[in-house]
Amino acid sequence: MQRIGVFVCHCGSNIAATVDVAKVAEMALMEPGVVHAEDYQYMCSEAGQAKIADAIHEKNLSGIVVCSCSPRMHEATFRKAAERAGLNPYMVEIANIREHCSWIHKDMEEATKKAVILMRAAVAKVNLNTPLKPGESRVTKRALIIGGGIAGIQTALDIADAGYEVDIVEKTPSIGGRMSQLDKTFPTLDCSACILTPKMVEASAHEKINIYTYSEVEKVSGFVGDFTVDIRKKARSVDMDKCTGCGVCQEKCPSKKAPSEFNRGLNTRSAIYTPFAQAIPNVPVIDREACIKFKTGKCGICSKVCQAGAIDYEQKDEIITEKYGAIVVATGFDTINLDKYDEYAYSQSKDVITSLELERVMNAAGPTHGHLERLSDGKAPKEMVFIQCVGSRCSDDRGKPYCSKICCMYTAKHAMLIRDKYPDVNVTVFYIDVRTPGKNFDEFYRRAVEQYGVNYIKGQVGKVIPQPNGKLLVQGSDLLDNKQILKEADMVVLATAIEPNPDVRKIATMLTASIDTNNFLTEAHAKLRPVESPTAGIFLSGVCQGPKDIPETVAQAGAAAVKAIGLLAKDKLMTNPCTAHSDELLCNGCSTCENVCPYGAITYEDKEVNDHGIREVRRLAVVNSALCQGCGACTVACPSGAMDLQGFSNRQIIAEVDAICR
Amino acid sequence: MKYSYYPGCTLRTKAKELDDYARASAKALGFELEEIEDWQCCGGVYPLGTDEIANKLSCVRALNAAKEKGQELVTVCSACHHVMKRVNDDMRNVEDICTRANNYMELDEPYKGETDVLHFLEVLRDKVGFDELKKKVVNPLKGKKIGAYYGCLLLRPGKILAFDDPENPKIMEDFIRAVGAEPVIYPYRNECCGGYISLKEKDMAKSMCDKITESAEGFGADMLITACPLCMYNLNKSSVREIPVVYFTEILAEALGVKESCCKEEKEVQA
Amino acid sequence: MGAKKKQAEMIEEISGVNPLKCMKCGKCSATCPSYNEMDIKPHQFVSYVINEDVESLVNSKSLWKCLSCFACVERCPRDVKPGKLIDAARQMVVRKREQNYLTPDEIPELLDPELPQQLLVSAFRRYRR
Repeated sequence: MQRIGVFVCHCGSNIAATVDVAKVAEMALMEPGVVHAEDYQYMCSEAGQAKIADAIHEKNLSGIVVCSCSPRMHEATFRKAAERAGLNPYMVEIANIREHCSWIHKDMEEATKKAVILMRAAVAKVNLNTPLKPGESRVTKRALIIGGGIAGIQTALDIADAGYEVDIVEKTPSIGGRMSQLDKTFPTLDCSACILTPKMVEASAHEKINIYTYSEVEKVSGFVGDFTVDIRKKARSVDMDKCTGCGVCQEKCPSKKAPSEFNRGLNTRSAIYTPFAQAIPNVPVIDREACIKFKTGKCGICSKVCQAGAIDYEQKDEIITEKYGAIVVATGFDTINLDKYDEYAYSQSKDVITSLELERVMNAAGPTHGHLERLSDGKAPKEMVFIQCVGSRCSDDRGKPYCSKICCMYTAKHAMLIRDKYPDVNVTVFYIDVRTPGKNFDEFYRRAVEQYGVNYIKGQVGKVIPQPNGKLLVQGSDLLDNKQILKEADMVVLATAIEPNPDVRKIATMLTASIDTNNFLTEAHAKLRPVESPTAGIFLSGVCQGPKDIPETVAQAGAAAVKAIGLLAKDKLMTNPCTAHSDELLCNGCSTCENVCPYGAITYEDKEVNDHGIREVRRLAVVNSALCQGCGACTVACPSGAMDLQGFSNRQIIAEVDAICR
Repeated sequence: MKYSYYPGCTLRTKAKELDDYARASAKALGFELEEIEDWQCCGGVYPLGTDEIANKLSCVRALNAAKEKGQELVTVCSACHHVMKRVNDDMRNVEDICTRANNYMELDEPYKGETDVLHFLEVLRDKVGFDELKKKVVNPLKGKKIGAYYGCLLLRPGKILAFDDPENPKIMEDFIRAVGAEPVIYPYRNECCGGYISLKEKDMAKSMCDKITESAEGFGADMLITACPLCMYNLNKSSVREIPVVYFTEILAEALGVKESCCKEEKEVQA
Repeated sequence: MGAKKKQAEMIEEISGVNPLKCMKCGKCSATCPSYNEMDIKPHQFVSYVINEDVESLVNSKSLWKCLSCFACVERCPRDVKPGKLIDAARQMVVRKREQNYLTPDEIPELLDPELPQQLLVSAFRRYRR
C-alpha cells in the first residue's frame, strides 16, 4: 500500500474563489492510501514546495498528488521538489483543478464536487504508480535552420558563434529572404541591403555555417537531440564549384520573359538567373520551365559563353541525409493573394500595387530603377493613396483575423520617403486604427504627419474605381467628418495582409510541430516559452510564429538560438521513461502497433518465449525506447492488450476512470 | 437535356423578349426549358428578416416542383434568380426556416433544398460550355464592344449566390466573347442601378445609372447587356446617356441566328 | 426589461446581426451607393442598436434610401451585415398598422408604360406590409 500525501493549492483566488479547497483536502483523507492532506495558498512557492518535502520526510510518503494548475505548468516543478526530498519524481501526479475546473465553472458547490473527483482519480492512479527511471540519449551537435531570411541567418550566426555546426536550408536560389526585397527599414530609414548584406556575407563565410540554397527539407525522422533529415538539393544546372559568378550567362540568355520573383513579377528575368545582384551564393540557377534548351533541346548559349564550363544540363536533384540535434523553423511569410479583394481593383489596374511591390518600385535595383512611377504608363504620380488593413483584421473568409502588425509602420515609412524625395506628391492614408507600439514607433508615425504633411484619414476604402483617363477614383469613408469621399489618385498602395509561408503546413507535419488555425507555428507557452515548439528540439524564429517586424524577428532569432544552444551544449539528454513496452506472452504478432506508431519505434523480432512451460519461437513486437515518445497510440490499437505504457498503464487509466465513476 | 423553368412575372409581360430569346436560344443549343405549372411570383426581393416565412413559400413551391420532376431549376431574370437561390439556401442550411416552411407546405415529403438552381448564364457556362456555344454561333457579333452590367442581384451575397467572383466577375464577359463580341470591363458593372428606388426617388436612380453608363461609355462600350428587367428599365429610363441596353438573351439569339424567327412569332402574336 | 432594450433586441433578432462584431472601420459607408441620401449613415446603424436608440433609427430617412444592394454586406470585413440591420428597422415600421411608405392610391401617378412588374412587386414588398 502507498502512503500518499495530497496537497491542494489555492492559486491565490484562481482556484480558491470557486473551489472549496479545504473541503477537497478533507475529502482526500478518506481516499485509500492517503495519509496526509493539506491546502495552501501557493503550492508552487518555495514555502509550498517545502511543505511537500516536510510531509515526505515526516509522514514517510511514497506518493504525492498535487491538486493545482495544469501539469503543463508545474508538473516539472513538483516532481523536482519531490526528487529533492528523496522521492522518485514519477510518484507525483497532478490533479488539474484550475484549467479543468475552477476557471471554467462558476458554481462553487459543483466545482468543488468536480475538484474532489479529479483528486480521487489522481489518488487512484498514484496507488498504482511505480518509480520510473529515465534513460539517456545522445545529442548530435549540429543545428538545422529551415529558411534563410533574416530570422534564419541571425539564428544561424548566433548558434555558430557559440561553436556549433549549423546548416541553413533555403528554398530559393539565394539567402536573404523578404528583408532583401525591402528598400529602407523603419524606424531609422536605413537601407535594408546595407544592414542585411553584411550578415549574409558573414553567414556564408562562417566556418561553422553550411548553406544549402535551392534546397528543401524532404523528410524528418528521429527526436530531440537526434533528428535525421533528408534535404533535397534541387538541380541548379550550374556547378557551384566551377561558377565564378561573372554573370555573362545571364546577359546572353535569350529567354528573358520569366517573371522576376524577386521583383514580385513587376518585371522579367532571364531563364538562367541569380535573384538579385548581392545574392549569396552568387551562382545562378537555370529555371528549367523557362529555359529554351530544356523546352526544345536547342540553344545551349549559356554553356557556350561560360568560360568556367560550369553549366551542367544533366545535373539531377540530390538527396543529402544529415543528423541534427536541434531544428529551427524560420520559414517567414508572404503577402496574401488579393484575388478575393477586387473591390480594390488590384487585378484591374497596374497602378494598384501592394506595399511589397512598392518596396521594389522604390528600390534602385527594382523594375523602375528606384523612380516612383505608375506601372501603367511610367508617368510620375501626383496623388498617392495608401489603404490599410487590406485582408488584415477580417473575420470573413476572404482575409485574416489577425493584425499583420507591420503595415502601419511601413506605410508611415513609405509616405515619408515619398514626401521627402517627391515633395510635390500628395500622400493620403486611409486607416482604421494607427497601431504603432514600439520604441520610437509612434514618434515615427507622428513625424510623417507633422513634418512631412501626410494626410491621414480615419476610415476604410470601399472601392477603387479605375477611370477611363487612367486615374483611380478612391471611394472611402472619412469617419471623423462623417463623409463619404471620392479622391482621385494616380497610384493606390494596398497594405496587404501577411500570412505564413504556405510551405509551413508541410514542414510542420514533417516535424510533428503544431500550427494554429492561421498556419502560424504554435509556441510551447504563449508567454514563458515563446520560441520553442511544444515538440521537443524544434525552435521557432521569425514570422513563422506570428507577425513581427525586423527588430522583433532578430530578437526572437537570438532567443531561438540560445534555446538551441542550451540543447546542443548537453552531451546527453534524459529520455522520458513513460515509454511503451510489450508483454511477450500476450503479443500475437499482428503488427497493428507497428502500423500506428508515428515514430517508427516498434519492430518485430522472432524470439523464443516460455509460455507456461511451452518453449517456442514467436514473432513479437519490440519497442525501441529511445525512439518511443510515449504517445500511447500502440496501447489503444493493440487488440490483445499486450502493449502498455509505463506511467500510464492500462490498469492506471482504468483505476482513474473507476474513481471518477465511483 | 430538360430543365424546369421559372420565368417569373416580368418575363410574362414587360420583359417578354428576355423570355422568348431565352427559349429560342435554348432550343438552338439543344436543351429544353419546361415551364413549371402554376408558378407564382417570387416577390421580387428576398425577405431579409429571419422571421419571414410566408414570403418565401412561392419559391419553395417552385423549387419543390422541380424536385418532383428530378430536374434542375433554371431562371433568367436576375431578381427571380436571387430570391430563388437564397430561399433554397435557407431550405438547405437554416433548420428553423426549413421546418416552418414545410409546416405550411404540407408536402408528401418535406423539401430540404434538394433542387439545384441555375441561372441561364450558368447553364451556358457549366452545362453547355462557352467553347461549345462558340461553335454554334452562326452570326458572330464581330466588332461590337459590349459592357456586361451585372448589377447586385446576380452576384451578392457571393457566398450564397455562388455565381461568380462578386468583385471581379467574368461569366458575362466570357459569354460576350463566345458570341464573337469584345467585352468591355468597367468598374461600375457590379454597382447598383437603384432598383425599385426609381419608383419614388427618381433622382437617386438617375445619379446611380448615370455613373454606370458614363463609366461603361468611358471605357468604350457601344452597348450594355443585362439579365434584369428592372436594371434595363432604370438604365434606359433614368440615365441621360443613350447607350443601348439589351437583354443578354437577345444578343445570344442574334448570334445563334434565331432572333428573327423570335421576332416574327412575336409580331404574329401582336398582330 | 425597458422598452428601448426590447426594441434593440428585436432588431437583432429580426436581422440576425450581432452589432458587437463591428470594428468601426467604415467600409460599409465607404461602399454605400445611397450614402449621400442617408441621414444616419451605414456605419452608424450598429451604434444606434447598441445604444438602444431604435427610435431614431426607425424615424430616419435612411430606412427608405437603402437599396438592399448588399454591397456593404459583401465588403464588410467583420461579417456584420449593416444592410440587414436597417432592413429590420424598416420592418419594425411597416409591420405596424398604417405605417406604409407607399399606398396603392399613390401608384397611378407613379406609373409609366414601360415600368416592369418586378419594380412594383419589389417596392410593395419593401415599402409596406
